[in-house]
Amino acid sequence: MSSTVIDRREIAESYLGEKFTLRSWLLTTDHKRIAVLFLITITGFFFVGGIAAAFMRWNLLVPEGMLRSDETYNRLFTMHGVIMVWFFLVPSIPVTLGNFCIPLMIGARDLAFPKINLMSWYLFVTGGIIELYAMFVGGVDVGWTFYPTLSTNYSNGFILLSVLGVFMSGFSSIATGLNFIVTIHTLRAPGMTWTRLPVFIWSHYSVSVLYVLATPVLAMTLALLFFERLFGVGPFDPQLGGDLILFQHLFWFYSHPAVYIMILPGFGVISEIIPCFSHKRLFGYEFVVWASIAIAVISFFVWGHHMFVSGQSLYASVVFSLMSYAVAVPSAIKVFNWVGTMHKGFIRFDAPMLYAIGFIGLFTSGGLTGLWLACLAADVHLSQTYFVVAHFHYVMVGGMVSAFFGGLHFWWPKITGRLYPEMWGRAAALIIFIGFNMTFAPQYILGYTGMPRRYASYPPKFQVLNVMSSAGASVLALGYLLPLFYLPWSLFRGPRATANPWDATGLEWQTSSPPPTTNFYATPVVTWEPYDYKPPERLEQRDYHG
Amino acid sequence: MNFHLPIASNFAPTVDHILICLLVISSAMMLLVFGLLWTFMVKYRAGSPIDRGAIAERTWRVEVAWTTATFFVFIGLFYWGADVYLDEYQPPPGTMKISVVGKRWMWKIEYPGGQREIDELHVPVGRKVQLVMTSEDVIHDFAIPAFRVRHDVLPGRYETIWFIADVPGTYDLYCTRLCGAEHSRMRGTVVAMQPADYQRWLEQNGSSGTLVAAGQDLFISLGCSGCHNGGGTVRAPSLYGVYGSPVPLSDGTTVMADEGYLRDSILYPKKQVVASFVPVMPSFDGKISDADLEKLIAYIKSLGAETSQ
Repeated sequence: MSSTVIDRREIAESYLGEKFTLRSWLLTTDHKRIAVLFLITITGFFFVGGIAAAFMRWNLLVPEGMLRSDETYNRLFTMHGVIMVWFFLVPSIPVTLGNFCIPLMIGARDLAFPKINLMSWYLFVTGGIIELYAMFVGGVDVGWTFYPTLSTNYSNGFILLSVLGVFMSGFSSIATGLNFIVTIHTLRAPGMTWTRLPVFIWSHYSVSVLYVLATPVLAMTLALLFFERLFGVGPFDPQLGGDLILFQHLFWFYSHPAVYIMILPGFGVISEIIPCFSHKRLFGYEFVVWASIAIAVISFFVWGHHMFVSGQSLYASVVFSLMSYAVAVPSAIKVFNWVGTMHKGFIRFDAPMLYAIGFIGLFTSGGLTGLWLACLAADVHLSQTYFVVAHFHYVMVGGMVSAFFGGLHFWWPKITGRLYPEMWGRAAALIIFIGFNMTFAPQYILGYTGMPRRYASYPPKFQVLNVMSSAGASVLALGYLLPLFYLPWSLFRGPRATANPWDATGLEWQTSSPPPTTNFYATPVVTWEPYDYKPPERLEQRDYHG
Repeated sequence: MNFHLPIASNFAPTVDHILICLLVISSAMMLLVFGLLWTFMVKYRAGSPIDRGAIAERTWRVEVAWTTATFFVFIGLFYWGADVYLDEYQPPPGTMKISVVGKRWMWKIEYPGGQREIDELHVPVGRKVQLVMTSEDVIHDFAIPAFRVRHDVLPGRYETIWFIADVPGTYDLYCTRLCGAEHSRMRGTVVAMQPADYQRWLEQNGSSGTLVAAGQDLFISLGCSGCHNGGGTVRAPSLYGVYGSPVPLSDGTTVMADEGYLRDSILYPKKQVVASFVPVMPSFDGKISDADLEKLIAYIKSLGAETSQ
């Protein structure tokens, strides 16, 4: 590790203290301020989507449904899906932690295109406002997948507006992806070679490629859907000579890579946290990096595993099943490498590490049930049931949201210059882990016994497991609400953070917390390998919060 | 609490074997990962004075070992799943065909003998049953969890599943593709009966005419017979024996005359024109209901049967 020591600077010199006006925030081109804008925005969306989920779990307490109408329920799960996928999970880590940390980690002053970065936020907010308007004036009842002919000819929801909102937010993703690719190629500090990049950077590089290559396909698909609904052009409607399966191919050609858009940044965060809190070099750096790239490439050839029962060619299904197993191999490699990193380490259990360990557990469960669904004959029985719901929530919520919270706690001192209250952080991590399993473990069993997803009412035999799941959801909700209180509290009352509170090796920890607007006082020169953790001289648990 | 799901068709035991195998592999992997996590968390906690020894710098042997092991386990799972899947969706010859039409929010079932019912499917035990399914509006999905079978039901296409019910009883039937407001009410029951009971049930619910007979009436009343009966000036190809045989098209290709082809030829006659004929037939798209279409196709298929015998 470099021995550069940077004085504790006053907050007035940091990016937070430069100016305090609203205008200075809304017209900023500083990647750190834009990251904070994004953080506030997606937190809002996370809770909107979460409230929809709470109503859904409430409705499913009784077989006939607590809500007055089935249609309300359909609108709720569509809202939950659309908001959580496109307005939380897809942007989540890249636009917040990625936006904040990428220039700091590679020793740059900012992203390559600071104004495009700001434009990305405005596109996202515009898309989000359109989406929220569509949801609140009447809603959409066709599910986040927008399958025609339900979405084109039969539904009377606000499909066009909703599609427009998603379309806009897609351009935000493309802009962000482009910005990251150029930044990582051109703005690395002297000595920051490709093999010295943290895995967090490699993950974001892979994600950016997916953003740029996959999102335009979503844009085209949504445009076709838009024109079909508005003008009766018939690319999909069989009455007009169209093909319903074509929509599904186009949609999943984006939406499967999108699953990896959602999880790869999580892998990046975990690959930073585990070595730091194990105080040991990441096990098999090259393998973890190549696994990220392999996932980004193979993820483009597995989309058909969403369509095993939808009427695509049987032989296509066979190929897609094989490719789905292929993409699972690099994911498994990563899990083994994280566990290997902890071997012979000096493990501390601060909140980010608890989230990371939770991530490994939940992601492993979600990943393994992915093998069930990639298995063709098993998928015929399990697809379209709660088994699928449990599977992707284990990966997306258990995995990705845990990684997001872990990363947020990890970099919170860097972003805000304050330490969060450690005991509250650990308590929330534990409550989220327990609540999550209580909510979604019963859904695996529900799925096997046949309960279909997207059901507003259900046969009474499924009630016990549904009540268990809803009870778990209230614990989970508590876990998610806690950080909403103690993190903002720490902004004012938390102890000031030093430049490197975790004793981590990344370049972002070499500058003050919070960093100055220019990120570094002098251009850093990198002379050390990534994750250059040496065994500590003293074995006692260090007090990092003094 | 009832976590049990009946095992009631020829596919159910096989699919359950696959699921049990997946469960065992997954549990083993979970135990391994959690076991290691827990051990390391205790043994290598920061305060632990244990001697860590030298930390391995070269990791590729371990990496190659676990990558290869994972890969071979995955290939095995893939092969087994694909093998059963291809069986599930390729009906064998000699099935009893039952027509299923999905409509928001009900299932219309029609039997070869002309019997009809809604949201209930009666099948005999021990016989190969094939469902020929289409939809009148949006995409539905026909699923019988106790049989471990499911397939989407699409407008404008015929999709098919087959099974042999093993155990007499009453089982749940669900629509599992979101189809609108009352999607979750689009449920029904499957009744599997002993062959003798089934015969009795068919007779009690006997219909005035079979599908084929009704189709023959339509064939005449819609004017199809004017051109397609093979007599007089030949303006149209004869339909005797056409079902299940290859048909040469005017663009030089050949197509197998299955249900989908017959349907398309009635609704969109200009799409695939038979070689050496002029496309003069009018389209019946929008002029004929899906139920009537089923009858016409049943009749045309029966013509195929006559000539081959």
